[in-house]
Amino acid sequence: MEAEIVRRIAHLSRIALPESELAQVAGQLDSIFALVAQMQAVPTEGIEPMAHPLDLQQPLRADQLRSETPSREELLASAPRAEDGLFLVPKVIE
Amino acid sequence: MGIPLAHKDIFCTRGLRTTCGSKMLSNFVSPYDATVVRRLQEAGTVSLGKLNMDEFAMGSSNETSYFGPVRNPWNLGCVPGGSSGGSAAAVAARLIPAATGTDTGGSIRQPAAFCGITGLKPTYGRVSRYGMIAFASSLDQGGPMARSAADCALLMDAMAGHDPLDSTSHPQGGGRFSAALGRSLQGLRVGVPAEFFGAGLDPEVAQTVETAIQWFAAQGAEIHPVHLPHNAHAVSTYYVLAPAEASSNLSRFDGVRYTHRSAAAKDLQELYLQSRYEGFGAEVRRRILVGTYVLSAGYYDAYYRKAQQVRALIREDFRRAFAEVDVIMGPTTPTPAFALGAKSADPVSMYLADIYTIAVNLAGIPALSLPCGFSKEGLPIGLQIMGDYFADELLLGVAAAYQRDTDWHRRAPAWEEQ
Repeated sequence: MEAEIVRRIAHLSRIALPESELAQVAGQLDSIFALVAQMQAVPTEGIEPMAHPLDLQQPLRADQLRSETPSREELLASAPRAEDGLFLVPKVIE
Repeated sequence: MGIPLAHKDIFCTRGLRTTCGSKMLSNFVSPYDATVVRRLQEAGTVSLGKLNMDEFAMGSSNETSYFGPVRNPWNLGCVPGGSSGGSAAAVAARLIPAATGTDTGGSIRQPAAFCGITGLKPTYGRVSRYGMIAFASSLDQGGPMARSAADCALLMDAMAGHDPLDSTSHPQGGGRFSAALGRSLQGLRVGVPAEFFGAGLDPEVAQTVETAIQWFAAQGAEIHPVHLPHNAHAVSTYYVLAPAEASSNLSRFDGVRYTHRSAAAKDLQELYLQSRYEGFGAEVRRRILVGTYVLSAGYYDAYYRKAQQVRALIREDFRRAFAEVDVIMGPTTPTPAFALGAKSADPVSMYLADIYTIAVNLAGIPALSLPCGFSKEGLPIGLQIMGDYFADELLLGVAAAYQRDTDWHRRAPAWEEQ
């Protein structure tokens, strides 16, 4: 796997992979994809893909608030930064 | 007071940290309880705390935890298996009588085998995934880990059942598991797949598991050869599907709402990028990269769709086998517990430790591991019993019958003397 591809998928994954790790990660991904390649040998023409073990319809429910929904304070308690009941992030618009 | 137990740190516990073995969640306190946690509490159990695990359940040795490895109480130089390694080690060391675990590719059964305890991966949909931090949603299933099948059944009585908060929870998920334990083995049709006894299987494990299967024959069970020809492709299929689902599930860890946040980030984009690099360990990052790659434009048909087709063939193998037999037996793992560090530098060699457990998750069927002997070095060996959809009660009954006549599950490690 070329460094350029690893750089691109790291960006798509929103992971700041340092340049110094690219070669090592590329090598590991190569060995993982060598394992994955074994599956390519299986004839699958006409086989319906299986997305999920249960052949069930997704249930529908009324679009209502649940009474036991956590409070705003509880939801913000683990936030790395919060203020006035809001999550804080670096300035997006100058 | 009720029965004491402890939860794998993948289950959200209100007011108590839930880290999933990751730096990313090292300060996360969930505002709600997982359904499994709530149900067990309502049944009267007392939780003693949380148990270490591979980071985001990605590992087979408990070495990927941000908080350090768990050791195997039978030999402190060996791994306990993973990802539910803390659960297995704590039960084996007799610190607690029971624990919760989760199993995406073997994460209950493999550590149960390595630590000499009993663990059940239920039929997909029987145990709620609500509040269980998602790794690969179409494969993840919570289950019990305890000393015996009878204890696992008691836990299942409380854990299983339909949950409207999990859209993949089965409407008929519940059951009376502990009422199904007193069964006879007369006429039980046991399938033995040749594919589980081929190259790569440790001869001691093979011999011990074959002896256990012979015990069932002596009780009147019929032994039949069965074939699972696509099992050979289960690991490679899994390493497309599980990372694909993980790359999507783990996108929620963004450095904004409840996770680690990088101190170095100057703008929002950098905040995502740096927080995710710093917060995830190397194995989790690798799997996110693999998943992102196989789902990216131009590769989808060659990897993801292809893997879903092979997954259908793996399910079909089981469907054919269960038309002829009631249960399938074989080894849980190719070897007993390996040494700490033995596989941690080579991801693929670690993945192959799950060669006998992964197909079960791809199909969504139930399977359990129970102790059936020891290696010459004194390490436990696990017998795996697989069943058709909703055969969980049968598996527990078959395992309980074995445990009424054997005492492997009563052996405890002398870890304090090591």
